Amino acid sequence: MHVGIDLGSRAIKLAAVKDGQLVSSEVANSSFEPHKQAQEMVARYNPLQVAATGYGRHLAQKHFAQQVITEIKAHSLGARHLYPGCRTILDVGGQDSKVIALDERGRVAQFQMNDKCAAGTGRFMEMMAASLGYALDEFSSAAASSDHRVTINSMCAVFAESEVVSLRNRGTAPEDIARSIHLSIVERLSSMLERIGIQGELVFSGGVARNSLLVQLLSQRLARPVMVPESPEIIGAFGAALHIDKSAV
Amino acid sequence: MSDFSVKADEQLWTELQMDVERFKNVPPVLTKLYSDIFLSQKNRPAEMTYFDNMIENIYTGRIQEMLDARKAGKPVIGTFCVYVPEEIIQAAGGLCIGLCGGSQATVPDAEKILPRNICPMVKSAFGFKISGMCPFFQAVDFVYGETTCDAKKKTWELLDKYVPTHVMEIPQLKRERDKRLWLEEVKDFKQAVEKITGNEISEDELRAAVDTLNAKRKSLQRLNSLRHNNPSPISGRDMLLIQQIAFYDDPVRFTDKVNELCDELEARIKENNAVAPKETPRIMVSGTPMALPNWKLHNIIEGSGAVIVNEESCIGTRYYKDTIETNGASAEEMLEKLTERYMKIDCSCFTPNDDRIDQVIAEYKASGAQGLIDYCLQFCHTYNIEAVKLREACEKEGIPFMAIESDYSPEDVGQLQTRVEAFIEQISE
Repeated sequence: MHVGIDLGSRAIKLAAVKDGQLVSSEVANSSFEPHKQAQEMVARYNPLQVAATGYGRHLAQKHFAQQVITEIKAHSLGARHLYPGCRTILDVGGQDSKVIALDERGRVAQFQMNDKCAAGTGRFMEMMAASLGYALDEFSSAAASSDHRVTINSMCAVFAESEVVSLRNRGTAPEDIARSIHLSIVERLSSMLERIGIQGELVFSGGVARNSLLVQLLSQRLARPVMVPESPEIIGAFGAALHIDKSAV
Repeated sequence: MSDFSVKADEQLWTELQMDVERFKNVPPVLTKLYSDIFLSQKNRPAEMTYFDNMIENIYTGRIQEMLDARKAGKPVIGTFCVYVPEEIIQAAGGLCIGLCGGSQATVPDAEKILPRNICPMVKSAFGFKISGMCPFFQAVDFVYGETTCDAKKKTWELLDKYVPTHVMEIPQLKRERDKRLWLEEVKDFKQAVEKITGNEISEDELRAAVDTLNAKRKSLQRLNSLRHNNPSPISGRDMLLIQQIAFYDDPVRFTDKVNELCDELEARIKENNAVAPKETPRIMVSGTPMALPNWKLHNIIEGSGAVIVNEESCIGTRYYKDTIETNGASAEEMLEKLTERYMKIDCSCFTPNDDRIDQVIAEYKASGAQGLIDYCLQFCHTYNIEAVKLREACEKEGIPFMAIESDYSPEDVGQLQTRVEAFIEQISE
């Protein structure tokens, strides 16, 4: 058995793979000492080898992992394994969002990441939910109950928050604001995707893909199906596990 | 090499009216940074010792040379651009010194006055002057400013309050009338320099200066073509450093040292003595200048296991790819030859600027790179927009391309590292 571990900004994800198949996975919130936490998670599986990805990958390599790969490659391997027709990946995690274009053989051809900007990330959604007084799941169900859109001009996390506050002070219904924030994020993600050009199947990975309203709105906006894996947040860890499983054979 | 230490001279800095209390913390910080990024490299060429010494003496020895020149009545001009007709300064016996503008440390100083959302190089440089944190700035007769971008040309108006700033208009197109304009500007600059010495520059002095700077540019051409060898005989970090030092060192001494380094590299190539194995991923960097001590991207790229094999940048090939013909029959003709050379500079402030796209592709092919990273200082609109054309050209040529926009702050290092590593994975597959 080989293990892939993804040390992200908000959560640590683990995937265990045997003979190219996923056998187990788990997700835990990041603690103050992510590499120790990750090491304990890994130890329970007694793996042959470990590959690390995510922001903490180099720290993990220093302490226990045999190999590191970037999130870009990890998500590509994971998504392509589950969806062999996948040529485009949208990954939205806690701290960043990225778009990856694959060639016919599944190799990374091009990718883009949001730089120095929290717009359209999991963290952005958390901040927006909090400024409306919602828990994260309430935020999307409230948005789903609205069919009204107000204009949110700013995608900058700081400015969007003050925009939300002034909308509330004008008496705008919070569910309308919630829906509008979802739509703005969809706009942002769509323009990132269109910049790189969507080909083949589009796979949406990362924890934010659990927001079914966002997926639905994105699919409508792009007028094409958006594939979401059963556990979208473990795709990076799964890809890392596949990488080491393959290179170990 | 553990005895490396950037030198301090508080008496000299006091004479220069610097903020000595604050500035005295800088040499230890630079010592540490330089040791981590440069001295930790394995198998560096021995001739790099000279350039290490230039950094050790950056705030003392070289400053003293500038002051000595001024005492002798020679012009000492501070600059920020490759669009400086430095042959004229050289002909007048003067010193042409690239000023500080590559550090995050003085950006907060600048942001007390300047808007935040402008070029980090402009903010850093302005901050260096107003905070008294750059000995070079303190030791110049005047600053040469040009109109290559909006942030610069409007900042010169503010900078002029702190240090005399001579502004030259750089044309933005390359028609005949633009060339005539630039020639007039060159003549004005010559007069400004002559005013300091009280002597008119002669034809012979100008020709000798052109020879000196041609030799300097040719030594850098020679060095850059040697570093294209695979496996690389010298790292990208060391190459960037040399190209940065080119902007403040004495040109004759610098040329000799670069040629000595070239001799060593020729020997290393014969012995197959390299800084990285042949299979190391090779990356070329293009775009905006990296002013000293901006080593951020080079450190990330080479720290991620690749080697940088070319810099198409102002602090790079743009500075030395062209030389000047010396066959002008009079001072006037020499100035025309000089102007022709400077009009070949392919700065993105020009429109159209397709020569630069061709130049990048040609350098890419010559360098044996496997991927191109285009570096854009944040808010540099002209290079940022030109990256669109560069990407298209790379797609056409089948060159892996990635554009990076960044400033001097450390906050995006994690993301940049991920992007650079992913790019290396991409080109290594």
